[in-house]
Amino acid sequence: MKKFAWFLTLAAVLAMALSACGAPAATEAPAATEAPITTEAAATEAPATEAAPAEPFRVAVVMPSAINDLAFSQSMYDALMRIQEEMGGPEAFEVVYSENMFVVDDAAAAIRDYASQGYDLVIAHGSQYGSSLQEIAPDFPETSFAWGTTADTFGQPNIFAYEAASQEGGYVNGVLAATLSTSGVIGVVGPIEVGDAKLYVDGFKAGVAATKPDAVVNVNYIGSFSDVALASEAATTHISAGADVLTGTAQMVVGAIGKAEESGALWFGTQSNQTSLAPSIVVASQVYHWEVALHEMLALIEAGTLGGQSFKANLANGGEVIEFNPDYALPDDAKAQADAAIQGIIDGTITIALP
Amino acid sequence: MISELLSATVLIGILASGIRLATPYLYAAIGETFGQKSGVLNLGVEGQMLLGSFAAFYVAFNTGSLWLGLLAAILVGAAMGLAMAYVTVNLRAQQGISGIGFYLFGLGMSELLFQILMGTVETAQGFPKVYIPGLSDIPGIGEIFFSQNVLVYGAFLLVPLSSFVLNKTTLGLKIRAVGENPDAADSLGVSVARIRYFTIILGGALSGIAGASLSIALLNVFQQNMTSGLGFIAVALVYFGGWKPLGVLWGALLFSMVNSLQLWIQVLGIPIPSDIAVMMPYVLTILVLIASVSRVRSPSALSKPFERES
Repeated sequence: MKKFAWFLTLAAVLAMALSACGAPAATEAPAATEAPITTEAAATEAPATEAAPAEPFRVAVVMPSAINDLAFSQSMYDALMRIQEEMGGPEAFEVVYSENMFVVDDAAAAIRDYASQGYDLVIAHGSQYGSSLQEIAPDFPETSFAWGTTADTFGQPNIFAYEAASQEGGYVNGVLAATLSTSGVIGVVGPIEVGDAKLYVDGFKAGVAATKPDAVVNVNYIGSFSDVALASEAATTHISAGADVLTGTAQMVVGAIGKAEESGALWFGTQSNQTSLAPSIVVASQVYHWEVALHEMLALIEAGTLGGQSFKANLANGGEVIEFNPDYALPDDAKAQADAAIQGIIDGTITIALP
Repeated sequence: MISELLSATVLIGILASGIRLATPYLYAAIGETFGQKSGVLNLGVEGQMLLGSFAAFYVAFNTGSLWLGLLAAILVGAAMGLAMAYVTVNLRAQQGISGIGFYLFGLGMSELLFQILMGTVETAQGFPKVYIPGLSDIPGIGEIFFSQNVLVYGAFLLVPLSSFVLNKTTLGLKIRAVGENPDAADSLGVSVARIRYFTIILGGALSGIAGASLSIALLNVFQQNMTSGLGFIAVALVYFGGWKPLGVLWGALLFSMVNSLQLWIQVLGIPIPSDIAVMMPYVLTILVLIASVSRVRSPSALSKPFERES
């Protein structure tokens, strides 16, 4: 009977492994269930006249959170799906993924597994995966790896690096936030004071300061990427402190957006378009379009260069786009200010001073 | 800046936030208290919360009925409890390991169901605030204690209720007896198995409500892994509270109040690095635990499977 109990426990663990991780570490089953991802439109309508490539280009991506997190992971997944559609569906561009790889060891196992399965490009979508990738990449000199967000390729010939100039969209959001705030108090809900989140928040503060120097920006880092409850209370705290405009970054902000909506405060999103969560109060979102960097990588891989370069997504190259919520009635002068900020950043007349 | 911490807005804000943050801990930790009092350590609380949280949101989102959502969370939590009870009571499995198994099951299953049934993060209307007539108009106090949603009130009413059940009723006596000395209880005709089934299923149901309090009352959203370790803190709070509902209440309030305090510290711009600020509730909890550890004794039969000598 005791054995049966162990079996039950094991079954429970297995259920988790299959559903949550989808890691190819244990068996080939996850690959079979998850790949290839089909997009309805492209698959059937691919022109038959072109010589169909015998072998599709195969991409695997390992992500720390879910593909539908409305934030960091989704930005990469959506970009890959857009490329897949452009290239004519999964027959031409195959995408497999492992999501919710918050444990770095699991992610490392998945990266190694994808590489040994012969994927053409393996993307480690999380700066925490860097040291694992540094160890794995030399073992697979024929495989191209991409790592983000960072500028560091470790000097290895088969690692591409990519990052986003999050401060640029942060600045534009900040300009708009300062313009729309009537109380002069603006709240920011952040995860941990590092990397992409810090860049965004610093850019946002700079945008506010340039537009309305006497406005107060209160910043709250909650110490977690997943604690939705604490993010929600952080938003409540900002609102009690007088904030009428809020922003935040990382996937736990869904809790904060709900509180903003309840009290009628405005929200600015980043990483993915967050309009669907609260259509009445989301003004604009900075959205990452990683396909800009991915296209360059694909071209290089085609030409035989497997890595060694780093790419930056920014407003100028279209890797970052400010997406406005069409249902929010943005005053014309505010829109003009935002457009001016975008143009200024692109042509270099606005430089964002980071602390 | 420090003096700003003492303004009415800030104090009311801290206390009201603290009350809300304490709510899921109270349900989960009191449920866990019942289990541990009867000798069963359930480390699967987090998984029960996640599945309860998803069930509540999914049912409420699709039927429009919050009460049906709450019922779904209770049933899902209780079902998880039933499975846990079978594994720990009938199969006499090692409780810590099987609890972790149930946690992972709940984590994975709630994600899988979320992917299949919903696909993306949605928001919904949750339980509205209920203003207690008369009391909610008292300045300060009214906003803190009497302007919350129904699940918040429920969590705080649960404390005296469970305290009464555990200490003043025959059922409570049986639960304590089974947790302290199952052999003696058994010889007196108390069914150890039945009592443990009861406490584990009750604990599961309460964990389900804890999950629902997040997804359809406080946050009104469901996201993968959104309990984010809360269920494990709830287990720690049972130890912290010395296996007493009132102790659990103080622990939950202390942890939550310090957490809301640190949110205000950052908002007011008090120059403490955010990394230090977010550590505060954990550090303080550990300190209090160290200070109080010598006074409390766990139930003697905690985490020991019962095997009748025959």
